[in-house]
Amino acid sequence: MFAYYLQLGLRSLRKNPLLTALMVMAIGCGVAASMTTYSVFRATSNNPIPHKSSQLFVPQIDNWGPEDAAQNKGEPPSAMSYTDAINLMRDHRGKRQTVLYPVDLSVVPQDPGMLPFRQNSYAWYADTFAMFDIPFLYGGGWTAGDDEAHAAVAVIGRELNEKMFHGANSVGREINLNGRSYRITGVIDTWKPEPTFFDPVNTNGFDDASEVFIPFTRAVELKIGSNGNNNCNKDPGPGWDSWIHSECVWLQYWTELPSTADAEAYRQYLNGYSAEQQRAGRFHWAPNVRLRNVTEWLDYQKVVPQEAKVSLLVSVGFLLICLVNTVGLLLAKFMKRAPEIGVRRALGASRKEIYMQFLIEAGAIGLAGGVLGLLLTGLGMLGVTLVFEPDIAKLATLDTSLVLLTLLVSVLSTVVAAFYPTWRAAQVQPAWQLKSN
Amino acid sequence: MLKMTHLSKVYRTEVVETYALRDFNINVSEGEFVAVTGPSGSGKTTFLTIAGLLETFTGGQYHLDGVEVSNLNDNERSRIRNEKIGFIFQAFNLIPDLNVFDNVEVPLRYRGMKAPERKERIMNALERVGLASRSKHYPAELSGGQQQRVAIARALAGSPRLLLADEPTGNLDTQMARGVMELLEEIHREGATIVMVTHDPELAARAQRNVHIIDGQVVDLAEDPRFHQAVHAARANSPA
Repeated sequence: MFAYYLQLGLRSLRKNPLLTALMVMAIGCGVAASMTTYSVFRATSNNPIPHKSSQLFVPQIDNWGPEDAAQNKGEPPSAMSYTDAINLMRDHRGKRQTVLYPVDLSVVPQDPGMLPFRQNSYAWYADTFAMFDIPFLYGGGWTAGDDEAHAAVAVIGRELNEKMFHGANSVGREINLNGRSYRITGVIDTWKPEPTFFDPVNTNGFDDASEVFIPFTRAVELKIGSNGNNNCNKDPGPGWDSWIHSECVWLQYWTELPSTADAEAYRQYLNGYSAEQQRAGRFHWAPNVRLRNVTEWLDYQKVVPQEAKVSLLVSVGFLLICLVNTVGLLLAKFMKRAPEIGVRRALGASRKEIYMQFLIEAGAIGLAGGVLGLLLTGLGMLGVTLVFEPDIAKLATLDTSLVLLTLLVSVLSTVVAAFYPTWRAAQVQPAWQLKSN
Repeated sequence: MLKMTHLSKVYRTEVVETYALRDFNINVSEGEFVAVTGPSGSGKTTFLTIAGLLETFTGGQYHLDGVEVSNLNDNERSRIRNEKIGFIFQAFNLIPDLNVFDNVEVPLRYRGMKAPERKERIMNALERVGLASRSKHYPAELSGGQQQRVAIARALAGSPRLLLADEPTGNLDTQMARGVMELLEEIHREGATIVMVTHDPELAARAQRNVHIIDGQVVDLAEDPRFHQAVHAARANSPA
């Protein structure tokens, strides 16, 4: 019967092209507005590591005290001091852990025809590669032994490997960074988590991918400063050593805790650690710690731009208004066919059959609206830059999943909108219709 | 085939109750051709719509083909309408957007019949009413008589055991009405049970039995001499 009802629906739509066009346009515009803003929202609110997001945690320790915390709703600083980070690394309470910070390295090509260039880079620990499931094209990450030895090793990204080694397997080869030679242990395949969950504080969530990674211990030994935020509540004093032993916060700490029990134990450990620092006279306040997983961390860091949320809400409201209009148009269209409904009921159509006939007709309208919505969504993508920052706007893409979602939303929302008109149609009393005929 | 006992139909508003049928009793046997007559507003059409399960009743009992129908749900009532009852209306009630073939096909679709069987039944029904060559025409392209023949073909295609006709010739001229009436008589001779509501004494006279309704009740024809005379005169004037 589906094909029969679809055929009847299409015939009915052709019969009144103006009314059909009005409904298709209303649905198409509403769906396009929603899908355009949703594409931005989807990209910004994406879970970048869904299979592990509940196992990766950012600990926060209040090393500044209640006065500073009060300015941030009682929250500890978002980054960590070198002292706390190294202490936590030493205690090694998670399954895996790392400390990371962005560095700005100069890559000096061996090819004399190429000029040195600066490259976004990170200094972190060996555990990072396994913690974040970073995919490798060649080789792998360095070892914990390399961390301890402050080894001159590096992992590079696919693009840099193309640029420096023409895409060949460069594992074991040397790369000159800041005038020093590093042995390449691995080449990362395409890896660009969106948002860049591991360091939203310094990337705002959507910076370009980094291409060089070196051991944290090596970077600190060489006194390579942070290329990211460095916040101090008082003057750290002159020199590198004063700075890293100050209470300035500039490091991101991550730990992997596979189970809820592990997370709870780690939370207790953080409280214990903070209490210990209080007893040692470093902190003059009660422990104030946090432990957030990936999604909680991104939410806390407000990675999703406020305008993405607002525009999505507005466009969904617009879609609802379009659907309310469609309800009115469908009601007029269906009730005009009350005599036909009366005849069909007399000839054996149950109410269920009437529901099916008219909902399938509504589905056909929704599909047409969805196709128009796709075209308008494509146009909307071009206009996203007018509303959002360029680095956010570039995330809005019309991929296969969005195409399917657009069609699905259009059909489903139209079918839902058609429930009331269809219910009215199914309530038509055949006896009254046939008498009045 | 059709038996109503002490049946009533009341239309209620906040201030008034109107009895369309009151203590209504009728028994139509299988294979009978019954004409139902009565003045306007007497309850003829209400009787027919209740008989056709298009409307519910307020009290009493109604057995259709041995089944008490008052407790049936919408699906069951629809299935009985589809399988056992054929309707012929005064206003033809063809669906204007469908051609003749598709109009006749409607009840067969709801029966879930396969396409080859549907086609065979449709063409047989259209041949029977003499409109096989017009299967691709739309209702607006046919005369009133032809439209009523299509409606009859639609009613026949499903091989119903009961045909309910509401003023089947009411919108037709004399010649067309005669043709339609002859078709109904032919269908009856082949074994169908027909209940026909009509104002026309001449048509009523051609039925096997007349049932007269006044104020929602079946009355004995002998109690209404004027109608009895009219039927007698019509029988005397009708062609042999």
